[in-house]
Amino acid sequence: MSALATEHVTMPVFGRLDPHAGRADQVAHIAEAARQIRIQDLKLVHYANAGHIGGDLSAADILATLYGAVLNVTPSTVDDPDRDRFFLSKGHVAGILYTTLAAFGFLPVEDLATFLKPLSALNGHPNRRKVPGVEANTGPLGHGLPIAVGHALSAKLDVSRRRTYVLVGDGELQEGSNWEAMMAASHHELDRLTVIVDRNRLQQGATVRETNDLDPLDAKAAAFGFAVVEVNGHDHGELLDVLSSVPFRPGKPTFVIAHTHKGHPISYMSNNAAWHHRVPTLEDLRQALDELGAGTVATNRGSTS
Amino acid sequence: MTPPVRTPQRSLADQPRYDCRNAYVDTLADLAHTDHRIVGVVNDSIGSSKLDAFKRAFPDRLINVGIAEQDMVGVAAGLANGGRIPFVSAASCFLTARALEQIKADVAYSDRNVKLCGMSPGVAYGELGPTHHSIEDIAWLRAIHNMAIVVPADPVETAAAMRWAAATEGPVFIRVSRMSVPQVYSDDYTFRPGKAVTVRDGDDVTVISNGTVLWRALVAAEQLAADGIEARVVSMPTVKPLDTDAVIAAAAETGGIVTAEEASTVGGLGGAVAETLAQHHPARMRILGVPEFAPTGSAGYLLDRYGMSPEGIADTARTLLTSPRQ
Repeated sequence: MSALATEHVTMPVFGRLDPHAGRADQVAHIAEAARQIRIQDLKLVHYANAGHIGGDLSAADILATLYGAVLNVTPSTVDDPDRDRFFLSKGHVAGILYTTLAAFGFLPVEDLATFLKPLSALNGHPNRRKVPGVEANTGPLGHGLPIAVGHALSAKLDVSRRRTYVLVGDGELQEGSNWEAMMAASHHELDRLTVIVDRNRLQQGATVRETNDLDPLDAKAAAFGFAVVEVNGHDHGELLDVLSSVPFRPGKPTFVIAHTHKGHPISYMSNNAAWHHRVPTLEDLRQALDELGAGTVATNRGSTS
Repeated sequence: MTPPVRTPQRSLADQPRYDCRNAYVDTLADLAHTDHRIVGVVNDSIGSSKLDAFKRAFPDRLINVGIAEQDMVGVAAGLANGGRIPFVSAASCFLTARALEQIKADVAYSDRNVKLCGMSPGVAYGELGPTHHSIEDIAWLRAIHNMAIVVPADPVETAAAMRWAAATEGPVFIRVSRMSVPQVYSDDYTFRPGKAVTVRDGDDVTVISNGTVLWRALVAAEQLAADGIEARVVSMPTVKPLDTDAVIAAAAETGGIVTAEEASTVGGLGGAVAETLAQHHPARMRILGVPEFAPTGSAGYLLDRYGMSPEGIADTARTLLTSPRQ
């Protein structure tokens, strides 16, 4: 296997569409970004010979939607105190975060070629001091939601309309710290906080249901004081509509259960626990890229850069 | 140079005693009046942190997450992400043990401007026992990179350390004692981070101490002086980063070093001094601290039991001087 090199990082850079662009154009923009992000991330994991490809791909559409059309943060406002915040609590999918940040111009695409190499800024879990756009150094599970609650409290104290989003894995919700934070979020009426659950129903070696079941997750979140919304986590239109419409209930934080599949949409990976952190072989990679249409010339119609 | 300590007519042992939590809350309120970024974060520990007046003055800026320490520290990191300066105020045993991973990842590794204030540390809770004692906090946090650790000795130093922490970007852990102590420092004392303070000069032996044990070390030095032994007393408020120059100088210039602290004998100030001596200037040394899950007893009783009465510290210093040289 050849090592990760610059020839393997060829993803186009996507800008943001004009905010007044129509919904169909926005959705198409996000869809193409998500496709390119997946192609790039698969190459990263294959050539770096490490990564968490299953959870990367289940989160790809959520990340592409957030950075492509929802968050009011761009490379030029990455230090603006009043930017929206996104916290990646499931920090082990750093690969898809780096790829997404590169796709939207927060770091040079060629930097992706350093993924996991000695002294690279692109560690197996994200570091905010090394990667522009990263808001917290996550990795241990159950940390992102309390941090997001803290940030949403700061926004409320500032009487700011900035929004706070946090992406958690569903298996991660087995950590009690999340539920501590959810109680505080509803107690403080943090209605500009949105928790997105990457509900892929798989954890490291088995299903969530077999391991320590979360259901009924919707009822639990509602009981903890959240407005609960369920979406298809791979449908860019649904994600765009929901994530840009929060809050749904004044005074209540939002809990978006995004139904996803680990490894989506690669046929042999999708919904298969074996692909939590398995590395695709060259043959696996070729098939995956073929399924994503990577052989065709990318159309970068949304780019404003 | 004149040591920055008070020179009372009577021994420190006979001076009025103060609860450092009062200096803590007064200083926090002062800081909050002048800097809108400052907020308090508590785990229902408003009473035990004496923050009732702060809550009345700044009702929106005292964030009580309930009895939930992991959330408390994560919330503080998130508040810092939003530009606030959170002073997390909670019993040191729960703050540092229950939320250790949040302290490591969300505060230290994420390099967030969070001030962790460990209330009633060491054996301050006395008869409540080892579940509530926090003798391990310094060892745990000392192993975490990018974490400053300050152990003030009296109300003056508590206030000074807080003012420095508020004005300095980055993670800080400050211990705030509830065990009453006399005022050791003069009112105009200036806290210098990472610097030891020679609070009494002497060349025969050195006692390095901090926190609630510092005044006891000074009284021990008075007793040793009566026997003709001139003890240097070095106050080491900043356990991390440690003033290694002061440690090495004490090893080179005096007959040996005794450390004394209200913390575990493993990994605390004594451990830090031992690491320095072993690598840079081997010397005779004794570590006084709490070596076990303490039996039932008041905080003062327990310090005495573990050799940290003035007499106990003096005895250890005498014994050290009669032990074989390295």
